[in-house]
Amino acid sequence: MAELTSRRGGRIAVLKPQVFAWVQDYGVYAAVLTLLLFNVLFTPHFLDAANFRTQLVQVTPVVIVSLGMALVIGTQGIDLSVGSVMALAAALTVLYLGYGWLPAVVVAVIGGAVAGLAGGALVAYVGVQPIVATLALLVGVRGLANVLVPQLVEFRNPGLIALGSSSVAGIPVIVLIAAALTVIVLFVVRRTTFGRQVVAIGGNRSASELSGLPVKRVLLTVYVLSGLLAALAGVLATARLQASDPTSLGLFIELSAITAVVVGGTPLTGGRIRVLSTVMGALLMQLLAATLIKHNLPQSWTQMVQAVIILAAVYATRKRGTR
Amino acid sequence: MNREQTSRLLQQHGAVMVLALLVIVGSLAFESFATPANAASVVVSSSFLAIIAIGMTFVIISGGIDLSVGSLFVLGGVLAAYGSPYGMLVALLLPLAVCGVVGLLQGLVIARTGMAPFIVTLAGLLGVRGLMLAISDEGATTYLVKDRAFAALGQGELLGLSHPVYITGALALLAMVLLQRTGFGQNVYAIGGNEQAAALMGVPVARTKVLVYVMSGLLAGLAGALNAARLSSGVTILGIGLELDAIAAVVIGGTLLTGGAGGITGSVAGVLLLGVIQSLINQVGSLTSAFQQVVSGVFLALVVVAQRLLSKAQRLT
Repeated sequence: MAELTSRRGGRIAVLKPQVFAWVQDYGVYAAVLTLLLFNVLFTPHFLDAANFRTQLVQVTPVVIVSLGMALVIGTQGIDLSVGSVMALAAALTVLYLGYGWLPAVVVAVIGGAVAGLAGGALVAYVGVQPIVATLALLVGVRGLANVLVPQLVEFRNPGLIALGSSSVAGIPVIVLIAAALTVIVLFVVRRTTFGRQVVAIGGNRSASELSGLPVKRVLLTVYVLSGLLAALAGVLATARLQASDPTSLGLFIELSAITAVVVGGTPLTGGRIRVLSTVMGALLMQLLAATLIKHNLPQSWTQMVQAVIILAAVYATRKRGTR
Repeated sequence: MNREQTSRLLQQHGAVMVLALLVIVGSLAFESFATPANAASVVVSSSFLAIIAIGMTFVIISGGIDLSVGSLFVLGGVLAAYGSPYGMLVALLLPLAVCGVVGLLQGLVIARTGMAPFIVTLAGLLGVRGLMLAISDEGATTYLVKDRAFAALGQGELLGLSHPVYITGALALLAMVLLQRTGFGQNVYAIGGNEQAAALMGVPVARTKVLVYVMSGLLAGLAGALNAARLSSGVTILGIGLELDAIAAVVIGGTLLTGGAGGITGSVAGVLLLGVIQSLINQVGSLTSAFQQVVSGVFLALVVVAQRLLSKAQRLT
């Protein structure tokens, strides 16, 4: 609040920090609502249930991956490996589909957790920077997925197909799973000791170490959770596509997830996790892309507008984040 | 030689040593590895990544990161091909001007607002790819390089090596001089080491940062232009993930991502290492490019672990 005294022109000086705080807390909700309103008014067939369902199903993998990413970023880390972990999970799923779809899914999720464990061990116990540790995983794990399953494989397992395309009360199962995961992560962050430790470590690691928090173990767990969630996202995406495609599944999803997290107001400097806003961030980017496409703006425009939104969001939230 | 000196030497020149080791092992294991043709092909295909890695080295030593270089590489190529009907000068200057301006904008935002380079250049990655798509009619149009002289810049040969190799070599030398022998280079190291201390000592922090991102943008654009000259067209689907290759090469070369330490020689060696690994895997024949990714990933992990252990050893002594 240093601006209160240092700036001239009374009212603006008092207003400004409040505006920043408001934008940081509610900006992403306001943006989503504005876009929704715009679409209801100007986009034909926007309110059709089918359209809604498609948008939600498409954004599901990004939402699930973003939940893990938010935890990692909360510790002042970053996880670039999530897309490759999705691909690994897809590969493992079709490899073990012969044993039934549930065992295959379990193996895939364990595989993702192990990948996360490798990254987490490098970060927590060796002290490698998160961006490099997970960059090594990004390169290596995608390769591993391609070695395991060299080409696109279609499958006809009814259980897995049902997981990907069935609905309960009109809501796709995978959307329900994403919603449940959101609630779980929200609970973990807000109500558990572990959640508080994650935020504390991101806020001030050396202070956390001095006060006796199990810093290394918490860091390790965070990367394991990120890998686990990414693997789940990979399994669900595979189930929906009814095919395993290790070459292109999850490509660049790390960038979408990081975008969702920072647009949601979680600072890259750690120490604060905003779970619901992260989900809103993912929805905002999806809605934005859909809106531009529906109004016949080409993909090039979508990407440029997304770039501007990212910058604006981070600029608006940087005040509190940098402190 | 004491332990501290050993570990410092290993960290700074480890990549060169491992490169030499791999080349020796490869020559002994495969007859077709140590041939001039194979060596030339590794060096030529590495030269474009090397140009990008040189710019990235400056950025990383200053404590930043540049994720936009892959997109700038493609944009540079498309613009070069787009401009090539108007002659060699336009084919070269158009990509350099646009990519330089993108670097300038990113640098200004990073230096003036204090936003994280990771996020600013991530937005750059997206925005520049959008710009490239807009110029190439959403990727539908591939511009061909019409100008002979410009194509010769990428395809011509001298003493069995194509021109991009010499250009890369010259740029690397220039960058080494700039980094090691000029005030600007000193400032880059100082900012990466401790930005606040550097500012207190009167280092022009903002200006140096801006310049570093301008350089990175220019070099990525130049690499794209040269690549377009070599391929005779501005291919729109290249460059995906190139920023990560460049960062990996720089890190393998011993430059610390925390900033303040590193050098050009290491980065060039890092690029060549990645190229040699690929070549060795090609020699085995039965292994796929997917396997090469696994090896590169494991290799990168081993290098950063070794770096970490070595830098711990330095601090203890």
